[in-house]
Amino acid sequence: MTPTDRARRAETRVAWLFVAPLVVILLAVAIWPLGRTVFFAFTDAYLDNPSSYEFVGFANFVTVWEDATFWRAVRNTLVFTVVSVGIETMLGLAIALLLHRAFFGRGLVRAAILIPWAMPMVVSTRIWDWMLNDQFGLINKVLVELGIIAKGIAWTADPSLLLGVVIFIDVWVTTPFMVLLILAGLQLIPEELYEAAEVSGVPHWKRFWSITLPLVAPAIGVAMLFRTLDALRMFDLSYVLAANNANTMTMSIYARDQLIGFQDLGVGSAASTWVFLIIGLIAIVIVGLLRLDRPHH
Amino acid sequence: MARYKLGLLAGAAALMASISAVSARAETVSMFCSATDYELCEKGAAEWSKTSGHEVKINRMPQNLDDAIPIYQQLFAANSADVDVLYVDVIWLGMFKDHLADLAPLVPEDEVKAHFSSATDAARLEGKLVAMPFYIDTGLMFYRKDLLEKYGKQPPKTWDELTATAKEVQDAERAAGRPDIWGYVWQGRSYEGLTCDALEWIASSGGGTIISNDGEVTINNPKAVEALTRARDWIGTISPQGVLNYDEEASRAIFESGNAVFHRNWPYVWGTSQAEGAGLVGKVGVMALPVGAAGEGSSGALGTAYLGVSKYSKKQDIAADLLRYMVGLEDQKMRAIEGGYNPTVAALYEDKDVLAKIPFLAMAKSAFEESVARPSAVTGKNYNRVSRTFYRAVHEIISGADDVAGTVEQMARRIERDVKATD
Repeated sequence: MTPTDRARRAETRVAWLFVAPLVVILLAVAIWPLGRTVFFAFTDAYLDNPSSYEFVGFANFVTVWEDATFWRAVRNTLVFTVVSVGIETMLGLAIALLLHRAFFGRGLVRAAILIPWAMPMVVSTRIWDWMLNDQFGLINKVLVELGIIAKGIAWTADPSLLLGVVIFIDVWVTTPFMVLLILAGLQLIPEELYEAAEVSGVPHWKRFWSITLPLVAPAIGVAMLFRTLDALRMFDLSYVLAANNANTMTMSIYARDQLIGFQDLGVGSAASTWVFLIIGLIAIVIVGLLRLDRPHH
Repeated sequence: MARYKLGLLAGAAALMASISAVSARAETVSMFCSATDYELCEKGAAEWSKTSGHEVKINRMPQNLDDAIPIYQQLFAANSADVDVLYVDVIWLGMFKDHLADLAPLVPEDEVKAHFSSATDAARLEGKLVAMPFYIDTGLMFYRKDLLEKYGKQPPKTWDELTATAKEVQDAERAAGRPDIWGYVWQGRSYEGLTCDALEWIASSGGGTIISNDGEVTINNPKAVEALTRARDWIGTISPQGVLNYDEEASRAIFESGNAVFHRNWPYVWGTSQAEGAGLVGKVGVMALPVGAAGEGSSGALGTAYLGVSKYSKKQDIAADLLRYMVGLEDQKMRAIEGGYNPTVAALYEDKDVLAKIPFLAMAKSAFEESVARPSAVTGKNYNRVSRTFYRAVHEIISGADDVAGTVEQMARRIERDVKATD
């Protein structure tokens, strides 16, 4: 054994020592609860007395799979995720490009746009709920004053508008997050590239397509991944705005209903496990797509 | 009455003696108060603190009572001694019975007997007295007395009369320059409150209570379909589309701002609408809910609130003392007079001060007799399932479903499955 080998082994030992607390914490707060959930998914346990149960195999998974309400929730969640993350990415990119230019008061503007993101979701939802109220709401008042509509619209009650309103509020709240991550990506692009392009007379739109977009793509990808995973487990916004409304119920609300509302620990855990598997699958696909992009640069 | 007070005094004295024997220092007990009667609850607790010398720490419950279930569940699952006295809704009694202390040894029998026996009987489960009734609620119809008089209308006896009167007054008021007024506001949000509202329409039309007392699913019948169709047709004509997302407080806001002729809610609206400085003082009438046809019973949904003591409390004696004060005659009288909460102590229905403040109480006694209970006893653990299936389907109907009969039929099939979900 050479001295370098020994040094390396000592280093590995120290590394493990440093990582150990993290591993312990992860086991305690992530792996253990997740394992318990999967475990209970195979039982007929009830929440008021989780210690008495029998194993029922895959019955709970089948129950959830055959429940039309669950698929309605999956559909709502997917529509919400695709549309809201799509809009947030476009808006985020546009605003980030604007903020990337140096102008007077840029720091202030950057801080200001973060306000919606800094507010708790429940508070934002409540604010919009009142602003969108059909009788007293500010939005309806403004629209009526402007002569755009004759009578207040029931934004949070009309079944055809409700999911749109949920998406709108989410866009309002989380676009700043997108802006921030994309802005960070933009600032990593070396200025010389643009200077060289300008000297060669490359037009503006081509500079955007050939320099900015490819170089900021990894940042956008990571931001989209975060947002997508976040959106897929959304609960608070829908629940505060419209309680148990079938038009806005998400997968998390469905799982909560089974687990808390019905006290059915078995089926609730199976539903949670399905949600976990669905989100996991989507995460793997997105990460895969990001990797496929990598050979380009 | 005198005997009652004497008993209370003796009981209190005995309890005080036993407490002071254990420890002379002041203890802190904590309790949950609901959001709507928070101030009254605080006042009652403060009153008890003064005489007992103990502190009360009050936790405010979420505005939507359903949201308190997970909080309680967590406390119970952790065998937590953090909370001693709990506010318990009537439909939770079955769900939480194993976590509530038996009050029979803690509350003297004559104090229990002072309450409506229907209310205390509902809290006797598996030989235990799990909670004591705090106030009794039923759906009531509030209306603008002044507007009905203005147009020479009688308070409606049937739902069809209400529909016609609401429309007529609403249209006349709009023509007279009040474009924001609506005929009728109620609770149409997709939540437990809609189960109450819809159960009232159906039961008062002879359509049953979703599930009969012997467990048969009865919801799929022509009278239920008719009642739900009537409600669907209110939306956009006498009720704003917004009711589809209104809970109690959102609909009350419309009524108390003067923008509704009729309003279905719980009795507390009498207190809030007649409070000093409120805009509608002297303009509000209240009556039992209308019926589908003459001869049917007015069917306000019964919602009794209870107080219970956590089984995991380490101060059950002091907690029971607080509970006895809070559900006792004196506190219930204060709550009735200041907040319009209907007492469960029968003697208060003949109390002059209370009757002067809540003139409808004499009538309310009969409204309670005719009121209907949600099928929580017969469904037990499956109640929340049944209720969710029910209010979801009702919400779909009032949101504008074309095929009401088909939706009801499908709902009935689902409820058949729900009641069999667990034994």
